[in-house]
Amino acid sequence: MTDTIETVSRQSTRAVLKEFWFYFSVNRGAVIGLFVFLALVLVAVFAPYLTPHDPNMQYRDVFLLPPSWMEGGHVDYLLGTDAVGRDILSRLIMGSRLSLFVGVIVVVIALTGGIILGVIAGYYGGKIDTVIMRIMDVILAFPSLLLALVLVALLGPGLINAMISIAIVLQPHFVRLTRAAVMAEREREYVVAARVAGAGPLRLMFLTILPNCTAPLIVQATLSFSNAILDAAALGFLGMGAQPPTPEWGTMLAEAREFILRAWWVVTFPGVSILITVLAINLIGDGLRDALDPKLKRS
Amino acid sequence: MSDKKDKILSVRGITRDYVSSGGLFGKSETVHAIKGIDFDLYRGETLALVGESGCGKSTLARILTLIDAQTSGELIIRDKPINIAKNKISREMRSRIQIVFQNPYGSLNPRQKVGAVLEEPLKINFPEMPAEERRKKAMDMLKKVGLLPEHFGRYPHMFSGGQRQRIAIGRALMLNPRILVLDEPVSALDLSIQAQILNLLKDLQDEFNLSYLFISHDLSVVKYLADRVMVMYFGEIVEHGDRDQIFNDPQHDYTKTLLAATPKTSIESIRARVSRHKASA
Amino acid sequence: MSLLEIRNLTVEFDTATGPFRALKGVDYTVEKGEVLAIVGESGSGKSVAMLATMGLLPDTATVKADLMTFDGRDLQNLSSKERRNVIGKDISMIFQEPIASLNPCFTVGFQIGEVLKTHLGLQGKDVRNRTIELLKAVGIPQPEKRLSSFPHQMSGGQCQRVMIAMAIACQPKLLIADEPTTALDVTIQKQILDLLINIQSKSEMGLIMITHDMGVVAETADRVVVQYNGEQMEEAGVLELFESPKHPYTKALLSALPERAEGDRLPTVGDFAQAYSKEGGVAL
Repeated sequence: MTDTIETVSRQSTRAVLKEFWFYFSVNRGAVIGLFVFLALVLVAVFAPYLTPHDPNMQYRDVFLLPPSWMEGGHVDYLLGTDAVGRDILSRLIMGSRLSLFVGVIVVVIALTGGIILGVIAGYYGGKIDTVIMRIMDVILAFPSLLLALVLVALLGPGLINAMISIAIVLQPHFVRLTRAAVMAEREREYVVAARVAGAGPLRLMFLTILPNCTAPLIVQATLSFSNAILDAAALGFLGMGAQPPTPEWGTMLAEAREFILRAWWVVTFPGVSILITVLAINLIGDGLRDALDPKLKRS
Repeated sequence: MSDKKDKILSVRGITRDYVSSGGLFGKSETVHAIKGIDFDLYRGETLALVGESGCGKSTLARILTLIDAQTSGELIIRDKPINIAKNKISREMRSRIQIVFQNPYGSLNPRQKVGAVLEEPLKINFPEMPAEERRKKAMDMLKKVGLLPEHFGRYPHMFSGGQRQRIAIGRALMLNPRILVLDEPVSALDLSIQAQILNLLKDLQDEFNLSYLFISHDLSVVKYLADRVMVMYFGEIVEHGDRDQIFNDPQHDYTKTLLAATPKTSIESIRARVSRHKASA
Repeated sequence: MSLLEIRNLTVEFDTATGPFRALKGVDYTVEKGEVLAIVGESGSGKSVAMLATMGLLPDTATVKADLMTFDGRDLQNLSSKERRNVIGKDISMIFQEPIASLNPCFTVGFQIGEVLKTHLGLQGKDVRNRTIELLKAVGIPQPEKRLSSFPHQMSGGQCQRVMIAMAIACQPKLLIADEPTTALDVTIQKQILDLLINIQSKSEMGLIMITHDMGVVAETADRVVVQYNGEQMEEAGVLELFESPKHPYTKALLSALPERAEGDRLPTVGDFAQAYSKEGGVAL
């Protein structure tokens, strides 16, 4: 008896997941993006075992060696070496760790802060709402990279500070989104029903309403993930993010700036890495939107 | 049928105003949604509240179920005056009076499985109750409202409108209320489902000795279910009496209009219409 | 010759989970000046049938019929241009949600005027005069003033009147009303039904009432088609249907009406379905 109930319960959970996957998989691009992203995660996890060389080891005999398939290239250095003789492939592989790390941390900080502020603003409305939203408007009024730069300048350069400032810059988007979703749900009958049953404000906000606002938040989180990677690279490029010799993609680009004309590979490969990562994540975000947004669902 | 002595809810001169701000330059305007309502509800009876949309029926329901505060007047549940604007209400008061909404699709949390929907009121009000007992009570309720045990683990979207309404009724009964406010509980349902839900409501009323405040605009349903009827018109009760009295001898003009407008499905009235039609053709 | 004649209509939808049959071979006939009610609960395919007739279903739908004629013309082989000439002019339709059926961005007068211009080719002053006439005909007070009102400034009942005015603007031969009063209060419902029947009997127009409400059927219909799950259960004159329903489903529907309740409990369709399937009928 109890067993059948458990089975049915598990079945219905599975049915929901199945339906989600159905709508997600209709979007080909999203599936491709997902596989690229998973590959990237694997690379990041097993980075120390995958790198052919120590990413910070400077081979004095091979400065600016071209990729292996070009004339003068060497099989040992598949994607060539940079100006101080470090293997680019190894640096890219190690860099994937940093990029994903930046993405995860930034999204977690921005999401947590954004949800808390957004739910409070949306649920209580009135003065509290006005105060929170005006502060967010002020943050949004600055060009985001500029604000991140200022924050980094105040906090001091470095990857951690870069992440904190990017999170602060991205947060208002989450606040706005959460607030709008909460306001739409707040007067729904199931919320009123929970109130009649005696639920307090905390329970209503975070257990009743919030789970029904997750769809737009998940989509926004994915898009912010790629944004964070991009911003971190930009800060790195400007010398405000990860500091050399950290193999961060943006920093790698910055170091290679002067060789753009002489050795294209030093610039191209980090750039392509950023491009592929961001593209893959954005494609996933697109697929999630298809799968989670009921308004887009074809009945 | 109803024990007239056992008064369970009294409403005395309740009003509710809404102030709509007229924007930056406009004047703010006060709308009187409810203009002083008195009535009593006795144990085990069904009191119907009839009126057109916008007459204040749902506003009154929100006040009775302690969602909104009244602007003035007294709400007395079991000899205890209650005003949520002034005092905090006890858990016990809260559980006395519960509500079932019209729209079976909006009234269940789409992210909660049915079991969780039913257990939630217990979880909130009796946090000390062991999970096993909570689960058992939810299971029993599931059976009482005519659903199967295996429905416990399903999500609301896997059910039809009628089944969802059963779940909503079950949730309202979890706290053992004395009064159920039914806000158009069958008007969104198909006719055959409507019959099932009405039967269920009758059965539950007998079993738990519940008092119903049945809000509806459908007089045929009211005639079937109600013991007494109140007719509401622009925030006021314009007529109030036993069912038969209202249906057979309406006094107020609005009640008369309402009765005249209700479609008649008796053979005689159809025959009269058809022959009238033939005569004019 | 009947005004509208449909034989063996099937509609199939392509859905994510495979083809879905919304209609499984139904017949309709509407004569001139007749009111046909199509009754059924949600999912019975009553709206789909009429949308299929008007060619308004999305591309995912496959419509098949042995015969589908309107006023002697074959509806199945019309070019889209011919179809546009028939629909909106000779056949028109009103819907359940009156406020949502009107475009919120334009005034009532403009929207009725559009219909007159496209289908009748009226110009300038004629448009205005005819619009006022129409609004008068559907019982809107002070029609001259109402011309410049927006839909949101009017009540649901008034919006439905405007919809009716638009629908009868070209003096159609057939009007399809899809749950025209479901969203309205009883008192307003009465007025709208009276108005529709009034217009219908005056103009000898055919009227199809799609509804789930037996009360509406009793008050308006000449003939009734009862539908369930995409199939036709019964077709009969209104008096005959209410007096001596033949099909168990119809019997069930009628006895589920609270005002016809005998005794303390309402019989439900489920009770009848059991009895019926024992007799060897189609599973309900």
